[in-house]
Amino acid sequence: MFKNYFKIAIAVLKRRKFFTFISLFGISFTLTILIVLTAFMEVLLSPAYPDVNRNRELFINSLELTNKDGSYMMKGRASFYFVNNFVSKMKTPEKLTMHSSRSTTNAYPNDRKLSVDLMYSDLAFWDVYQFKFLEGKPFNAQQLKNAEQVVVISEDMVHKYFGEGVPAVGKEVEVNNLKYRVIGVVKTVPSTLIYIHSDIYLPYTLAANTLKGTSLTGGYVVTLLAHSSADLPAIQEEYQQLLKKVPHPEKYHDLLSSYADTYLESFTRDVLGRSGSSGRDRFFLLMATVIFIFLLLPTVNLMNINVSRIMERSSEIGVRKAFGASSRTLVGQFLVENMILTVLGGCIGLILSLLIISILNSSGIIANLSLKINFTVLCYSLLACLVFGLISGVYPAWRMSKLNVVTALKANN
Amino acid sequence: MIQLKNIEKVYRTDTVETQALNNINLRVAKGEFLSIMGPSGCGKSTLLNIMGLLDAPSKGDILIDAQQTLSLNDRKLANFRNSKIGFIFQSYHLINDLQVVDNVELPLLYRNSSAKERRMLATEALEKVGLSNRIHHFPTQLSGGQKQRVAIARAIVGRPEIILADEPTGNLDSAMGNEIMNILLELNRVEGTTIVMVTHDPNMAQRTHRLLRLFDGSQVQ
Repeated sequence: MFKNYFKIAIAVLKRRKFFTFISLFGISFTLTILIVLTAFMEVLLSPAYPDVNRNRELFINSLELTNKDGSYMMKGRASFYFVNNFVSKMKTPEKLTMHSSRSTTNAYPNDRKLSVDLMYSDLAFWDVYQFKFLEGKPFNAQQLKNAEQVVVISEDMVHKYFGEGVPAVGKEVEVNNLKYRVIGVVKTVPSTLIYIHSDIYLPYTLAANTLKGTSLTGGYVVTLLAHSSADLPAIQEEYQQLLKKVPHPEKYHDLLSSYADTYLESFTRDVLGRSGSSGRDRFFLLMATVIFIFLLLPTVNLMNINVSRIMERSSEIGVRKAFGASSRTLVGQFLVENMILTVLGGCIGLILSLLIISILNSSGIIANLSLKINFTVLCYSLLACLVFGLISGVYPAWRMSKLNVVTALKANN
Repeated sequence: MIQLKNIEKVYRTDTVETQALNNINLRVAKGEFLSIMGPSGCGKSTLLNIMGLLDAPSKGDILIDAQQTLSLNDRKLANFRNSKIGFIFQSYHLINDLQVVDNVELPLLYRNSSAKERRMLATEALEKVGLSNRIHHFPTQLSGGQKQRVAIARAIVGRPEIILADEPTGNLDSAMGNEIMNILLELNRVEGTTIVMVTHDPNMAQRTHRLLRLFDGSQVQ
């Protein structure tokens, strides 16, 4: 019976090539977008080199100072003063590291203008994040203390500054009219790791201006590494307790709020967080809504095409009913046919996704991007195919099965 | 075999009510070949559709093999049609996307029969109508007479006790029409299949056991 359905499905697809193209295009295009987007999300949110411990990390991304009536607000990253005097005293994390936000500046090797990213960090940065050193090593405590002009640079920076395959350790790089000695080269961090991607990593003591003052806000992000993911709530609680003890020297601010968030929450709080909530649930709801709408469009399109195809096939429906097909059997047949169409669209979508992902990975539009379709993404895509097939097929199939036999037989006469 | 009691069929729209069949009482015996004649629009096809359980009467009862059929649900009705009745239509109603043999197999798809068995029975049915050399052709590659023979093969493949034929020779020239008629007569004679045939052709009707005439939805003899 399925062979017969399959033959019919293929014949129907061949018969109306334009409709078939529209249907397949709708399904495959939507799936391609979904697959590529989920691959992006995967890259953004999953643990990846060198941030391999993300499941047991929390991030202090920002501090917010407000007054009680909410009319005055100041928001920013943590200051060195705040990290050094308060956060560093925390007991529950296994380790914590402080590093600056990335800043972009220019270097001029051989009179070429080169845009480079800088990041200042402490020693623990090299423990918390598992960098792969291709040459040399990170700066040590002495170099940090003495604010020595030393840097760790990325492999990409070596290529851009010195040329491909040239040993860099011991050489100098000049940035902002200052010369730094290269003491280590690390495998480049993908730019999708927003907090830690950089071309040059410097000891934070070289950013002398950030070390002064008693302002709570500054330019540092803190990563708290727990012994295990089970410890994360305890760390969050300790951080909240800690905040209560922080004096607020700022004249206009009497409320200090900040959160030790998981990686995803550290982003969602900024955009979607409301009155203490991390915005994570809103984010998932928003994503689900967008995906739903995105899936709905080709589904409705396919449903519409299917309904119009019913009249074309009414003679066949009449014949099948006359010779013993029940309404339920016909619904089954039509759903199988629709599933064949959607699975075909899914396969095309998958191939297109592989192609687009490969182009994106190799194009360099996003530096060091390594998108891939993993098993989870594949499963979700196949599930999306099934949902497509079922939703777009059920209503037309039901309408088809309800056709009166005599009317159906007359329709094509 | 088939018994129609006080059958009425009324088509209603918002403004018009049309009496298509009026108080039809009919018995068709097992193994009988009955033809139905009458002018266009007199209700012949409607009567045949009601007999074949493709359409429901507005009033009356239909008994097939002494079984009440109007109370059957969709699934049972489908099974009943599948096992008892074969249809032949004036315009063949073959599925152009399927090969001849797949078209003939169609009624067997809705039974518990294996693919091998279906293929065997379909090939046998095609041999009976003299089309065993066309099994892998598509309907569009056949002449009108050949299409109707495929339709007959499809009607008989499940070995139904009843065949209902709605103007089976209506679209064919007289030579082809005669060929089809011969096949139907042979089926009736050799297999004992009960046949009810709607026709406009008195010559064809003359060759059947009995003739029922309809006029404006009523039996006239």
